[in-house]
Amino acid sequence: MTDTSAHQPMIDATGVPLKKSLARSLRREKIRALLLVSPLLLFVLLTFIFPIGSMLFRSVENDIVSNVLPRTVVELQNWDAKSGELPDEAVFAAFVADFVVAVEEKNHTRLGSRLNYESSGMSSLFRKSGRKVAEWNPETDGPFKDKLIAADKNWGNVETWAIIQTHSGKFTNGYFLNAVDMQRTPNGIEMQPENKQILIKLFLRTVKMSLIITGMCILLGYPVAWILANLPNRSANMLMILVLLPFWTSLLVRTSAWKVMLQNQGVINDVLVWLGMVADDARLEIINNQFGTIVAMTHILLPFMILPMYSVMQTIPPSYLRAAKSLGATNWTAFWRVYFPQSVPGIGAGSILVFILAIGYYITPEIVGGTDGVFISNRIAYHISSSLNWGLAAALGAILLAVVLVLYWAYDKIVGIDNVKLG
Amino acid sequence: MKFTKTLLATTALTVAAGAATAQDMTVVSWGGAYSKSQLKAYHEPYSAKTGINIINDDSSAEAVAKLRAMNEAGNITWDLVDVEAADAIRLCDEGLAIEIDHDAMLAAAPDGTGASADFGSSIVSSCFIPQIVFSTTVGYRTDMVGAEAPTSICALFDLDKYPGKRSLNKRPLANVEWALLCDGVAKEDIYDVLATPEGQDRALAKLDTIKDQVVWWTAGADTPQLLADGEVVMGSTYNGRLFSAIAEQNQPIGMLWDAQMLDFDGWIVPAGLPEDRQKMVMDYLFFATDTQRLADQAAYISYGPARESSAPLVGNHADLGIAMAPHMPTDPANATNVFVTQYEFWADYRDDIDAKFQAWLAK
Repeated sequence: MTDTSAHQPMIDATGVPLKKSLARSLRREKIRALLLVSPLLLFVLLTFIFPIGSMLFRSVENDIVSNVLPRTVVELQNWDAKSGELPDEAVFAAFVADFVVAVEEKNHTRLGSRLNYESSGMSSLFRKSGRKVAEWNPETDGPFKDKLIAADKNWGNVETWAIIQTHSGKFTNGYFLNAVDMQRTPNGIEMQPENKQILIKLFLRTVKMSLIITGMCILLGYPVAWILANLPNRSANMLMILVLLPFWTSLLVRTSAWKVMLQNQGVINDVLVWLGMVADDARLEIINNQFGTIVAMTHILLPFMILPMYSVMQTIPPSYLRAAKSLGATNWTAFWRVYFPQSVPGIGAGSILVFILAIGYYITPEIVGGTDGVFISNRIAYHISSSLNWGLAAALGAILLAVVLVLYWAYDKIVGIDNVKLG
Repeated sequence: MKFTKTLLATTALTVAAGAATAQDMTVVSWGGAYSKSQLKAYHEPYSAKTGINIINDDSSAEAVAKLRAMNEAGNITWDLVDVEAADAIRLCDEGLAIEIDHDAMLAAAPDGTGASADFGSSIVSSCFIPQIVFSTTVGYRTDMVGAEAPTSICALFDLDKYPGKRSLNKRPLANVEWALLCDGVAKEDIYDVLATPEGQDRALAKLDTIKDQVVWWTAGADTPQLLADGEVVMGSTYNGRLFSAIAEQNQPIGMLWDAQMLDFDGWIVPAGLPEDRQKMVMDYLFFATDTQRLADQAAYISYGPARESSAPLVGNHADLGIAMAPHMPTDPANATNVFVTQYEFWADYRDDIDAKFQAWLAK
């Protein structure tokens, strides 16, 4: 019996080998499932992966230089910046020819602001020169070397041309270097001057404070979730509302409320002064610093910790604890050896949620963080909306995403992602 | 059948909506009292005259980033945007705003002076249509500064005479200029000094002397609130905010005009608008930026009209009835010591100085 089945494939009613027909029906099943999820898949692709991907792509994209100054870029390849000599007339002529077109298409100021990220002064150099060069005729008005230098003496600066040459590639690692406090210069890759180094510090601070906030949420959330899970339903629901009510309140309202509580003339300080615990002229500094950010964010993110913990704890039968105790365990042993290990998946889920939310937080640190309580996202927001340096913002965002993924991977290795339960 | 019907109905609705939006114009501004002043002085009279419905969108704070995104998506949903002069320069540089021929497109002054001469130096970019002059200046708590109220900007740096917290902008603009001024740099040399790394360090070193007493603000409303709460003794903010805290809310606040940083705010027209919409916007602008309209706006907010010919027409506050001229940053009595923001300088050095400033803040 077993022998024949090993050598001869089993055949179904229509004479097709059973394995084949099974595979076919499974495939059909899979296609049907795929069709069912395809709207969501398409939606995620179109509204999530594609926009984020195209935003992150800006962190390496640099075709503006070669698009606006195509001839100059080609001519500059023959020039050695280290020689200390200005490029020859061919480069200047190519540049004027490119520049006249650029001014006509109004691209030159845009290129100026792009190069200004690398070296201050390029923006006005391009804007000012644009007005003068616009009237020149690239065919007949040459030679241009002295003419351009007469128009603005910065064109007689080797540094100016070296910067154009250094940043003429279609793709650049310059934004990523900037994002880790380094820079691409004509002499190679260097650290930024010390008084401009800020981003690595902000990354480390963001991770450190997010970890502290997650830790605080675990400490404060665990007992609350435990009470919620062990109270009779009626009173548990009442308490649940207390957890959810702040969750439903606007983020800005809650943050501003903390401002009222924590500020120098605020509620907490007033009460402490009234109780005589602190002197009126030595009120506590508990806002506009890291402490303020940690307090406000712990409060705001607490529901994200309590809810997964609660749903996991609800599934732990109380009889296990009773069984442990009846077998002679003390309260502590029963909790630590029996109850706690079963609640770990809830802690894991809550921690991941809180940590990932915290690491990208922006508005709360901005309002209560002062100077040493702000996060990397505040810097990203600055580059997106004020400086318009989207390449740098994208590079910072990509690094932040990578940090989260690495931590997620580490979490999976240490705790195991299968141990995470949201309910 | 049912499907066809629904389709027809929706199409009809879309067409109707399209027809309606032809008479709608979306104007982006800063919100609050400022948008209200524009509504009263510009939008309402214009709507009454033409029947065009003006929709207000309070997004000016994110205007630059949003316009860039709209431009890349190829779908401009805004018709007219109110921005600060520095942002107008950025938008113009990026090709996101159209260039304006001020004399041809805007109304001349009543005496026949062309618009560009009437606006004068407030036209800081060829895309920019100036509207108001405002200034960043310092307010103080009258009951917390002791017997002698401050008269000089350097009171900010004088911790002996005026102890207590002060609030300053979390951006370098105005702070670094004031720091250098109070460190003994002559006013006309300040930007030359600030263009050098040593000068930037010098400004930060001066700010260092008060750093632990500073609360840094990010929104214009912060300082008036901090002053009202008694959180700070003095702080910088926009003059209109101080006016409303003092005159409208009767807070115990006084203000300095010394070394005020003059700045302009005005309109830009987004690039890439369809022709009919652009035409409508230009018609609105011709109306809303004439001499009388700019003077009218000053009845609702204490920002000076950007046209020279509007100044004599500035009247009284619409609700309080007080004369507005003495509260304008451009009033001769207030304008004895004035900085005009150097846009060219800041366009070049903003990123550089900001990086240093933020690194210094984080120290």
